Amino acid sequence: MSNIIEIQNLMKVYDNNYTALDKVNLSIKKGEIIALLGPNGAGKTSLISNVCGISSITSGNVFVEGYNVEKEYRKTRDLIGLVPQELSLEPFEKVWASVKFSRQLFGKKRNDNYLENLLKKLSLWDKKNQIIKSLSGGMKRRVLIAKALSHEPKILFLDEPTAGVDVELRKDMWSIIKELKNDGVTIILTTHYIEEAEMIADRIAVINNGKILLVDKKDNLISKMSKKTLTIYTKQILKSIPHSLKKFNLRIFKNEKKLEYDYTASGNKTGITTLLSKIKSSGIELIDVQTRQSTLEEIFVEIVNND
Amino acid sequence: MINFEAIKAIYKFEMARTFRTIIQSLISPVLSTILYFIVFGTAIGKNMQLVSEIPYGAFIVPGLILLTVSMQSVTNASFGIFFPKFLGTTYELLSAPISYIEIIIGYVGAATTKSFCLGLIILITSFFFVDIKVVYPMLMLLMLFLSCVSFSLLGFIIGIWSDNFEQINFVPMLIITPLVFLGGSFYTIDILPIFWQNITFFNPIFYLISGFRFSFFGEGEVSVWISIFSTVIFIVICNIIIWKMFKTGYKIKT
Repeated sequence: MSNIIEIQNLMKVYDNNYTALDKVNLSIKKGEIIALLGPNGAGKTSLISNVCGISSITSGNVFVEGYNVEKEYRKTRDLIGLVPQELSLEPFEKVWASVKFSRQLFGKKRNDNYLENLLKKLSLWDKKNQIIKSLSGGMKRRVLIAKALSHEPKILFLDEPTAGVDVELRKDMWSIIKELKNDGVTIILTTHYIEEAEMIADRIAVINNGKILLVDKKDNLISKMSKKTLTIYTKQILKSIPHSLKKFNLRIFKNEKKLEYDYTASGNKTGITTLLSKIKSSGIELIDVQTRQSTLEEIFVEIVNND
Repeated sequence: MINFEAIKAIYKFEMARTFRTIIQSLISPVLSTILYFIVFGTAIGKNMQLVSEIPYGAFIVPGLILLTVSMQSVTNASFGIFFPKFLGTTYELLSAPISYIEIIIGYVGAATTKSFCLGLIILITSFFFVDIKVVYPMLMLLMLFLSCVSFSLLGFIIGIWSDNFEQINFVPMLIITPLVFLGGSFYTIDILPIFWQNITFFNPIFYLISGFRFSFFGEGEVSVWISIFSTVIFIVICNIIIWKMFKTGYKIKT
């Protein structure tokens, strides 16, 4: 898969000397969904703003399909659609007029059929003559997506698309994003909902303090970074760990009939078989065993905390 | 290549805003100018001396048109760019394949159109109240157009510079209105003491009014060429300021 966006040593320092992006390097593949995951103030929006032209680049280069975003901005912006984080819309404009305005702003000829299909896909067609002010927050978010897609971009930036959106609408939004991917649109999504990244992203980039901490395929990330925990339920409450089990670093719980054992999911030798046979030989009676894999959220927290 | 579609989109959007706010955009300024005609032209004007052989009611027509046109140009253009800033919708302008010149043509073009039409409406209205003839109609249209462009550009700068509604009203109310009043809208500067006459020469609007009045009556206080030249210089300066604002992203980009 070829790269559609290349970000090289991108720096963004604001007037107050705050460094929002610190030599960021990132390649985004054509047709993928990549989630930029990071806490508030990590630099996610600054990164998007630099690529889209909303904020000026301090140093470094950004290329979109080989074109420089500063020098060849007409070509790069033509390829990009942006859904901002805030519900920034002209309140007294009608939905249809607003979407038409966006298409025209990008220099595209009128194409009512395309816009009609777009509004239908986003369940906005029956609201096309309503003024934006009268729409719910979720519908306004859809209008922003329609505006961003009105000029048929190849790349879509979604800056926290489900912030403040209820669960049902969030799921709706995910299915829209997946549909866009099927249509060949490359999607860059910022979020601090780990669940969102887990559900829809192909790759995840973790960003914190203006630096990309890691970029990997979601599945790789989970399997590489993930820890597993084996919970062993015993018949009796154990007061201490028998000497023969010390090397397993088991966790013991006061007044609870259980032990916990951590192991990495990626390793071939988990130590479970040895542990269980040692438990049996030390005379501890087992009732049940259960395994649990750490979530992406736990991985994310660990990465950010280690930064 | 010029993005004509984008210019059209901004222009149409801004013009549509005028029709949505027709009372504020058109009826209100026309009504207040009619009141000026009634008070200064018909009521008080009859008892006033001729100014340079011109009846006072007719004499104030160019000044009144400029007063309204300048205020409306500044207001329309400043609100045109300030509102997207206020609502956060400038992201769309900045992320679209448009140059700053195309943005200016869209916004300033719409503001100029609105105030130019308003100026003509006020002129037509004046025919009902005072006896006036325009000696150089084409020059009058040119001076009106240049005035609309220059004040719209100024308004655009104010719109970018302003952080809140107070600032956006500050310049028209506290700077432009006094400059128009003191630039000879209602009198010729030779009735002023020498000191104030000299001060008036530093008022850029004085040259605009003089040139505009020349197109009506064939006589102005300075050469019409000075008026045209100074207006063009003003337009160039405004364009340089806007270019610099967009280049540095001043109060537009983060």
